[in-house]
Amino acid sequence: METIKVDIAIVGGGGAGLRAAIAAAEADASQTIALISKVYPMRSHTVAAEGGSAAVTQAHDNLDHHFHDTVAGGDWLCEQDVVEYFVAHAREEMVQLEHWGCPWSRKDNGHVNVRAFGGMKIERTWFAADKTGFHILHTLFQTSMKYPSIRRFDEHFCCDLIVENGRCHGAVVIEVATGKFTFIQARAVIIATGGAGRVFRENTNGGIVTGDGMALAYRHGVPLRDMEFVQYHPTCMPGTGLLFTEACRGEGGFLLNRDGYRYLQDYGLGPPDPSPRNKAMELGPRDRLSQAFWHEKQKGKTIDGPHGQVVHLDLRHLGEKKLHERLPQICELAEEFLGVDPAHAPIPVCPAVHYTMGGIMANGETASPLAGLYSAGECSSVGLHGANRLGSNSLAELCVFGKVAGSEASKFARSVTSHHSGTLEKQAEDVKQQALGIITRSGGTERMAILRTEMAQSMEDGCGIYRTGTAMQATCDKIDELRERYRNLNIDDRSSTWNTEWLLAIELGYQLDVAQSMVYSAINRKESRGSHQRLDGYEQRDDVNYLRHTLAHYNGDAAPRIDYMGVRITKSRPGIRAYGAAGEKAEQERKNREAASD
Amino acid sequence: MTDIEKTIEIEVMRYHPEQDASPVFKTYRIPYASDQSVLQGLQYIKDYIDGTLSFRWSCRMAICGSCGVMINNQPKLSCKTFLRDYYPGKIRVEALQHLPIERDLVIDATDFINKLESIKPYIVPREARSLEQGEYLQTPEQLARYEQFSSCINCMLCYAACPQYGLKPEFTGPGVLALLHRYNADSRDGARADRMQIVNAEEGVWGCTLVGYCSEVCPKQVDPAAAVNRNKVNSTLDYFLRFLMPGGGESG
Ligand SMILES: Cc1cc2nc3c(=O)[nH]c(=O)nc-3n(C[C@H](O)[C@H](O)[C@H](O)COP(=O)(O)OP(=O)(O)OC[C@H]3O[C@@H](n4cnc5c(N)ncnc54)[C@H](O)[C@@H]3O)c2cc1C
Ligand code: SF4
Ligand code: FES
Repeated sequence: METIKVDIAIVGGGGAGLRAAIAAAEADASQTIALISKVYPMRSHTVAAEGGSAAVTQAHDNLDHHFHDTVAGGDWLCEQDVVEYFVAHAREEMVQLEHWGCPWSRKDNGHVNVRAFGGMKIERTWFAADKTGFHILHTLFQTSMKYPSIRRFDEHFCCDLIVENGRCHGAVVIEVATGKFTFIQARAVIIATGGAGRVFRENTNGGIVTGDGMALAYRHGVPLRDMEFVQYHPTCMPGTGLLFTEACRGEGGFLLNRDGYRYLQDYGLGPPDPSPRNKAMELGPRDRLSQAFWHEKQKGKTIDGPHGQVVHLDLRHLGEKKLHERLPQICELAEEFLGVDPAHAPIPVCPAVHYTMGGIMANGETASPLAGLYSAGECSSVGLHGANRLGSNSLAELCVFGKVAGSEASKFARSVTSHHSGTLEKQAEDVKQQALGIITRSGGTERMAILRTEMAQSMEDGCGIYRTGTAMQATCDKIDELRERYRNLNIDDRSSTWNTEWLLAIELGYQLDVAQSMVYSAINRKESRGSHQRLDGYEQRDDVNYLRHTLAHYNGDAAPRIDYMGVRITKSRPGIRAYGAAGEKAEQERKNREAASD
Repeated sequence: MTDIEKTIEIEVMRYHPEQDASPVFKTYRIPYASDQSVLQGLQYIKDYIDGTLSFRWSCRMAICGSCGVMINNQPKLSCKTFLRDYYPGKIRVEALQHLPIERDLVIDATDFINKLESIKPYIVPREARSLEQGEYLQTPEQLARYEQFSSCINCMLCYAACPQYGLKPEFTGPGVLALLHRYNADSRDGARADRMQIVNAEEGVWGCTLVGYCSEVCPKQVDPAAAVNRNKVNSTLDYFLRFLMPGGGESG
């Protein structure tokens, strides 16, 4: 097997990976960087982000507001020093993207425009129509071509990390087109492999979003943190899960039940003003909106559709002109996939899995507990999102922490000596044999699609919008069973050229490990917080016992070992998480208290 | 008959370089539903009939640009082409025309990527600006001059549509020329002269014979033909200006 030596290896070419690569290249042009991605970088799922990216921009906004929105939005499970760093650096990153050519939507005076987003007190979401992620990704990808020190390994699939003596030394990759293995030996490794939404049945994610990097770090002893927190987005396409961005509501869209009634006012999110009011009604946070859908469904107030129960996202009152200017992709999706013209009819929507708040444990500098291993983007748990992410915070996160990861990895790579590679190469050879084992062994009887479907259904049943101990236990048992059956997989394809069945099988292995970490983390959290809501006697938030992060530790064939770590609180004590008029009242009280104690 | 009992036939091009001398076709019968895409049809085949079928896909929502194939002889994104548009007829799916095939429906995209890299697809600032100075000002009108061309998802459908590219693969081709124009037309950029040298070469815009089929098949209304045309006009202008102005045609 060929060994290629580089200073920094980045696994993942989405927004976070590309931003990290550019930061590393700018930190030290003499270092060599390998940018590894299982698809061409511009196909990464960042491409699908629609709505926008948050950064304090307007004169009447400030960093404190963004901080409080994020921390309260995360139900106080955020690392507050990390949030402070994030809000302070988001704007500079958005401006940086602007300088690199991102076609941000503009005001008449030529300045960048911002829009309202759920859970954000003041409009601060930068947007490029409703294709923000697409434009950020292409801008970063094309800009990365400027830097000769970035060597891309496009369509290379990472099948393991190489770890020795408590330090990460690189990754083993498979060239998809040929099946050729390469050991990329690196002094520092950044994982930027994105989320894991595909472990659930109905989701907004692309086929590639399978939690690979999370599983790899986890298997090498790095804990996965807060994996029970999985975000359901309230407005998705029934049947496919494709997303209708929150910007639909930011621009003024309504959510209606079967009676044409704006039902969110019944869930503490009112009053129902006719035009968008920040942090109220349709601009409440996602967890609350998805929960309200669930209750409406229980009450029989939702609408029957061919793919189950739906409510209506009504954009008609925005008018054709605004819809085509601000939400062109939404119009295209509704028209082509559903045959609905949003200017003339409401769009049927339902919640679907969207985002994994948890991920690879990382400190504020993106370093994991394993020396030489960093992570950034959706795969990483740097501590920004807590128990519920606010929409438009993650695109900004990719840039802010992608950059940190790039410069930290560069610094680390400079500080360590290169390892002579004999023992590492032996390990890499073992990795290869193990990966090949999947296609060379015979006699398997389990069909991959069946295992995948059973996993995704079980995760939806046990780890949905509302959870109970009984249902979660059933999912724990199911995932344990599926991990067992996985060993008996049957693969039709035995070739080395573009063998996607083989790679899907490796991905399924990653998914099962990640799914297991999620459900075991969930069943052990005996409270309700953010996106983790229980119905079995743990309906309240319990700060005494659970104001702490869950850590899931890999435990081989057995279930993960779960323990906890504290949450860093700097300036916001846990308070009541309220929205709409109640939220405004709570905030006023908080201010009064702070003023009194100053 | 309800949708549940209906089926549809998909004929898929299969090619495996390790065992086939040339592509062959295989027909599969799959369940029909009016809201199913051709991509979902291919996924059904892979999941339940033949795991060895290879094709690219990811987003399922016509934005990642992975899933371009020929469907009944037309270049299309399989994720936003629906079975209902062909039912009860047969669907024939092939790899994108004009591009080398790696296996089954997977084409080799290297040429496109190399061409993209060759045109400096990034802003070379017309004037320097620090981050502290904030964003460059750009009015909605200035944005509108290039926005459409920045919407290219690199799906390469236009390459499969372009007769010139089929004959002469050196031709830069519609998608990359649209992206070149995207940067040239951006008020923040100052590298137009450099890029026009690429365009002025024989393989640049001059390869185009104005068929216009590229714009017809583009799933994102990028209208690459318009970009090629504008570059032709600019290219001619540059050619003359070069003799008149020191530094060559910085017009525009
Ligand atoms: C439909 C949708 C809309 C969204 N809209 C918004 C929004 O408006 N605002 C917002 O802030 N957030 C939004 N989000 C969330 C946000 O877009 C994502 O969290 C973010 O883009 C993830 O970026 P990433 O760089 O971490 O990962 P990705 O972009 O998913 O990239 C992962 C990369 O890792 C590579 N990779 C993975 N596994 C391997 C492997 N085994 N070997 C090699 N390479 C591998 C992939 O090829 C890819 O390059 C949205 C998400 C979705 C799904
Ligand atoms: S111009 Fe259109 S058809 Fe051509 S690559 Fe770009 S998006 Fe695809
Ligand atoms: S799957 Fe992404 S464009 Fe079709």
